[in-house]
Amino acid sequence: MNDHSFTGGQGVAAMACSAELRVAPGTGLRAERALKKYDAIVIGAGHNGLTNAAYLAKSGLRVAVLERNPYIGGATVSRELFPGWTYSNCSYVCSLLRPEIARDLELPRHGLQVVPYGGGVTFKRDGDYYGNYYDHNRQYREMARHSKRDANAYERYATDVMKQTRLIRPYLLRRPPDPTSLKWRDLRDLAGFARSFTEMGEEGLADTLKFWTKSVGDYLDEYFETDVIKAHLGGTGVIGTALGVYSPGTAYVLLHHYMGDVDGNVGSWGFARGGMGAVAGALAKSFQAFGGEIICDADVYQIMVRHGRVRGVALADGTEYHADIVVSNLDPKRTFLDVMDPADLPEDVVRKARNFKIRGSSGKLNIALDGLPTFNGLDQGSPLMLGDMHFTDSLQRLERAYDDWKEGTWSKDPYVDMLIPTQTDPTMAPPGKHMMTVFVQYAPPRINGKDWTDADKAGFEKSVIDQIAAHSPDFRSLILHCETRTPREIEAEVGLTEGNIFQGELTFDQLLFNRPFPGYAQYRGPVRGMYMCGSGTHPGGGVMAAPGANAAREILADLRRPDVVPGAYADD
Amino acid sequence: MTDTYDVILVGAGHNGLVCAGYLAKAGRKVLVLEANDSPGGAAATREFAPGYFVSACAQWLYQLHPRVSRELELERHGLQWAAKNIPSVLLDEGGRHLTQLGGHIAGDQLASEDIAAYRAFHDRTGKYVKLLAKLFEARPPKLVESNFADRLVLARLGLGLKLLGRDDMSDLMRNILNNMYDLMEENFDSPQLKALLSLDSVLGSHMGPRTPNTVFSYLYRRVGEAFGYTGVAQVKGGMGALGEALAGAARARGVKLRLGTRVSAIELFNGRAGGVTLASGEQLRAAVVVSGADPVTTLEKLVGYRNMETGMARRVSQIRCRGSVAKLHLALDGLPRFTMLEDEQFGQRLVIAPDMNYIERAFNPVKYGEYSAAPALDISIPTVHDPATAPAGKHVLSVIVQFAPYAPAGGWDEHRERFTRLVIDCIGRYAPGIQDQVVASQLLTPADLEREYGMTGGHWHHGELSMDQVMMMRPFPGATQYASGIDGLYLCSAGAHPGGGLMGLAGRNAAREIIKRGAAA
Amino acid sequence: MTSKSNPAMMLCTPFHSRVAAACELNAWGTWKGYTTPRAYTDVELEYFAIRSTTGVFDLSPMNKYRVTGTDAEAYLNRMVTRDVSKIRLGRVGYTVWCNDAGQVMDDGTIFHLGENDYRVCAFARAIDWMHWSALGFDVEIVDESDEVAALAVQGPTSCAALLAMGLDGLEQLKPFGLMTFPFEGTTLTVSRTGFTGDLGYELWVSPDKAELLWDRLFAAGKPHIIKPFGSDALEMARIEAGFLQAGVDFVPAESAVRNGRSRSPFELGLAWLVDMDKPVFNGRKALLREQAEGSRYRFALLDVDGNKPAQHSFILREGKKVGTVTSAAWCPTAKTNVAFAQLEMPHGKVGEELVAEIYYQRELQWTRVLAPCRVIDAPVFNPARRRATPPGDF
Repeated sequence: MNDHSFTGGQGVAAMACSAELRVAPGTGLRAERALKKYDAIVIGAGHNGLTNAAYLAKSGLRVAVLERNPYIGGATVSRELFPGWTYSNCSYVCSLLRPEIARDLELPRHGLQVVPYGGGVTFKRDGDYYGNYYDHNRQYREMARHSKRDANAYERYATDVMKQTRLIRPYLLRRPPDPTSLKWRDLRDLAGFARSFTEMGEEGLADTLKFWTKSVGDYLDEYFETDVIKAHLGGTGVIGTALGVYSPGTAYVLLHHYMGDVDGNVGSWGFARGGMGAVAGALAKSFQAFGGEIICDADVYQIMVRHGRVRGVALADGTEYHADIVVSNLDPKRTFLDVMDPADLPEDVVRKARNFKIRGSSGKLNIALDGLPTFNGLDQGSPLMLGDMHFTDSLQRLERAYDDWKEGTWSKDPYVDMLIPTQTDPTMAPPGKHMMTVFVQYAPPRINGKDWTDADKAGFEKSVIDQIAAHSPDFRSLILHCETRTPREIEAEVGLTEGNIFQGELTFDQLLFNRPFPGYAQYRGPVRGMYMCGSGTHPGGGVMAAPGANAAREILADLRRPDVVPGAYADD
Repeated sequence: MTDTYDVILVGAGHNGLVCAGYLAKAGRKVLVLEANDSPGGAAATREFAPGYFVSACAQWLYQLHPRVSRELELERHGLQWAAKNIPSVLLDEGGRHLTQLGGHIAGDQLASEDIAAYRAFHDRTGKYVKLLAKLFEARPPKLVESNFADRLVLARLGLGLKLLGRDDMSDLMRNILNNMYDLMEENFDSPQLKALLSLDSVLGSHMGPRTPNTVFSYLYRRVGEAFGYTGVAQVKGGMGALGEALAGAARARGVKLRLGTRVSAIELFNGRAGGVTLASGEQLRAAVVVSGADPVTTLEKLVGYRNMETGMARRVSQIRCRGSVAKLHLALDGLPRFTMLEDEQFGQRLVIAPDMNYIERAFNPVKYGEYSAAPALDISIPTVHDPATAPAGKHVLSVIVQFAPYAPAGGWDEHRERFTRLVIDCIGRYAPGIQDQVVASQLLTPADLEREYGMTGGHWHHGELSMDQVMMMRPFPGATQYASGIDGLYLCSAGAHPGGGLMGLAGRNAAREIIKRGAAA
Repeated sequence: MTSKSNPAMMLCTPFHSRVAAACELNAWGTWKGYTTPRAYTDVELEYFAIRSTTGVFDLSPMNKYRVTGTDAEAYLNRMVTRDVSKIRLGRVGYTVWCNDAGQVMDDGTIFHLGENDYRVCAFARAIDWMHWSALGFDVEIVDESDEVAALAVQGPTSCAALLAMGLDGLEQLKPFGLMTFPFEGTTLTVSRTGFTGDLGYELWVSPDKAELLWDRLFAAGKPHIIKPFGSDALEMARIEAGFLQAGVDFVPAESAVRNGRSRSPFELGLAWLVDMDKPVFNGRKALLREQAEGSRYRFALLDVDGNKPAQHSFILREGKKVGTVTSAAWCPTAKTNVAFAQLEMPHGKVGEELVAEIYYQRELQWTRVLAPCRVIDAPVFNPARRRATPPGDF
């Protein structure tokens, strides 16, 4: 099979965009399609686009999703790039996907199963490691092995992070309040927002503001004394982010990775069985069950605007699709600087889109393995290997990895988030064989101001492989195939500008009412009928599906149709 | 005990003296105790080599609040200006320097687009600066336990934000937590312009231009504009003259000032501050104690962690005050020969920081307790405007060196000479031959600044001016509105709102708060 | 110490070989990651061993922290609410400690072992807080939880059993007193303390002597009818005796995620442990404020009509919910149905008549009972032998 013939996870997602719904350009159907008019068109079959489309279709609209690639999913894909192995070659783990949406769109019935994984380990240079356990007592004991004080401090840390998590979770399935607006609905939202803050008391509120503006490194330094523990916890504060662990604002990024859950276990992570394509596959089926259409190989060239309102889209090949509602699942830069004509936009939107921060900061290696590798100091088949593995044992090494990014090069001593999902999911490699996914922080969008070359890519790959091999004697010999993705590949294949996995930095200047930019944070674009539903909108990146759902709610409100989008479960 | 006082104020730093002056003006009997032999704290003039005097710590004045100087009549008490409205000059190795004063910039390498863009940028951010200034002139409002005064401040802030208009308000809300590097990239082309402005944003802090939060510190730096300053100013006789003027003003209002008197402890009586013990063993009592020392010194060293509750001790111990700036003083036997610098520019603020990446690279090593071979420099030659501070025909060159670690591996003694040479050589690239003009030098590392001026960590601002340590989070949650967390003890230093810089507002605001509380203080 | 190779395995206490042999029911629970028996033979019989003969409980997993140094007393005095200077050498004191907000973090006991030498026994882990509290004090804090094995020996014949083991002079030990005895080249520390409200002692020994201690104790105690008991029997005894448990009757303050879920010592009925004359201690400022402004809640001991334990019950007053039950049990010795309740102020004054909304199930059928109950002024079990010295022969 070649790259393009595979369209989803094995069995699970394979139907998502199979021949029955693919409309190749140049077929006899083309003319007929060109005449077709939809109620709404969603550009991009990423998970948010599909979610958005599913809710629009659920409310009774005729909806088409246009996807540039011959396969759906965007960054939520499973692909067989080496015979017999399925790679979740972009997003690779699942926690943030809102359970309200998964249930409401009946994703389990459409083939989605999220299986939690345990474990997690950070290897130290001295041959020891820090292991992570879900069970509290085991976790305590492993931490106490390094520092009893840290093990005890972790209890307070977990409490304090949970306080922040509880604060943000109710806002995931809501549009962000607009502090500049004087509309009743916005003022009410804002008052509610303020109330949840004041309930914390003066000191609690101050602690919250500190948390939101602090660096993850400073935050962890306030709790822990052990380097490896801080490094293990701190990595999530920079994943996908072009900031260092000592950059203010990264404590929030850490929170962003804690605020999901698997079956109510807040902070838990899991694998989508069959790879992340299973998420897109299930969303697609749900959408189709509501009568929606997915059209692949449909490269949108421009959103057509006439007399200040949206008319539809035109493809690169000239095909036109008409609709009064066009929703972009593309990132804000691509949306406003690529598929829209600046002449159709207010000046400030073009400027804000240009200034939108969407930094490529990470890369990915997807590796087919002939067997399960062994790691120095760890028992073969240790349960710690079920989870995320890292080799960066201090915050200082993490910060130095960021210094390389600032200098316009990939980290020579990178931070990796490495998993072997085939220990949990039997569908992704032949029995006894394994698939490894290695997320790599940092990799800049360009090398010293120039585009990535193949030599750069090889150098990047080598720095990662060398780091893993330093801790795993048999790793190199087990490699059957390795797909290396720098920001160049991520941008080219997925269409994420600069290869930024969150469709824009998760810094405070781009969160809530600032996401993607002030004045346009409630999913409505500057042109009537035009909307945004990607991770570039609130509440941001990760396979959450909340932006898509929230955008659908706003669209339906504008159309004065009943709200079919679920609200958040009441946490207590 | 011979005299009795209403208030004992620890530390005659500029905020301490301002606070004392206002308290005395309101009729309080105030005793100020200062460990050093001269008043002013970091507003100091020192003879660092025979006949050579220098503003030993702070070298430029650009934020002193006009109400403070007017209400305390500082000019009547001897404050004189050597020069005002001093522009900044970003030095270029090839001599194509860039000059900036307020909203004006000039330079050979500047495109006209940048000049216009800068003007617009300066005007727009100037509005934010005014808003910030208003916030600085009052005590920080409480948000939950707010009383009427707090709500008034908040309402004014809200109104001020709304009055900016929708565009500017959202621009401010986006950028207040942004980093200077990105903001500069968004606005300008000239690497010189970007570097000059971004250096302003990191002076005195443990941040590089790419550190989020630096837009806030840039606006902070510019807050003096709202107080009527353009560019920087130089005090005649060095910054110590400001200390003397403040001391004079305080004395004239009845404040008793005891110099050379080190306080070793703030004494608590049944959990309430009620006096101090001096290093000499002498004990003094007062109903209220105010500290002009930084919060960590005040609470860790003078009160003692054992005399406060654990959570508060933990908060104090977690105040971030990693001083990362050194000061280098050079005694020169003549005016250095800066390449292509016009004569009248020698007395201006000279900056060495060719581009933003240069500053960022200068910052990187300090995160790991190291220092860069190419630091960013903020230079003054005060003897140009004030020749009396050096022997005739001789000059003093004073440099803020950004960045220097607090504790390099092996200790500063191992690095002192190497670091001094490195800085001189760095200047030498812009002023060839300066190495041979140096008669004497003095390096003040963060550790030296801590020892000399009692600033914990050698941090200028008594604690990093980052968003998690400003407003009601300054110095730490639970101690706001100049209360210290200990009843009867107040904080009036840069460690309290609004923060560092020779502004005098922390002292003024604290005095007003204590006066307002009256007998309940 | 935990070994690197098996952090995943459950831990065993130093008495485990003996405990396991005696645990006929094979009913295991976990306490701080240690395998501990919920019951050995029969919960009721174990309970009556405590109340009628001698019961033995393995309390080795208890957190034990050693505090030494010239500031040890001052340090503890600042950390806890009681005046530690009143815990004389060779004595033990029960206390609570609070955070700055005056909310209880835990309760526990302080052993004054020697000059500048104390041990703190705590239910919740506290090493981090104790280290933070050590800022500014010349003290050394060591977590010696794993270095000290401990048994609680409780019941009317416990003194006789221990005397039979050769602990001469133990009968002179007063409540909350400490004695030491040579034991196989090490020191056996005995305190007259416990969590059952009965005559009883706690034995503290080096882990390598633990099995030997167990064997000697059970051999000597046999004529005095000595039996091990598990956590279920302990639960009955402690409720009968009116003892609070962290995590059950209150949320340790720094583990509380939600606002307002923690409690002050006043709200837990522990005002007698708070010494406001101390100029500084954790929580003092907040507790002074609470004294002035009033508490939010009141702890109440309830005597509930009927014999259905009021576990998880709402407490009603005139049909309106005014509180909830945190612990409840039928007390076999006192023949009383007791509940601990957290009531909203101003409820909970002694003598107040309330109603417990009890749900219980018999053969899958849930029944709701509205049981009248009243606030009582003291625990229902408090025998004279608990305080008598010598305790007498039972």
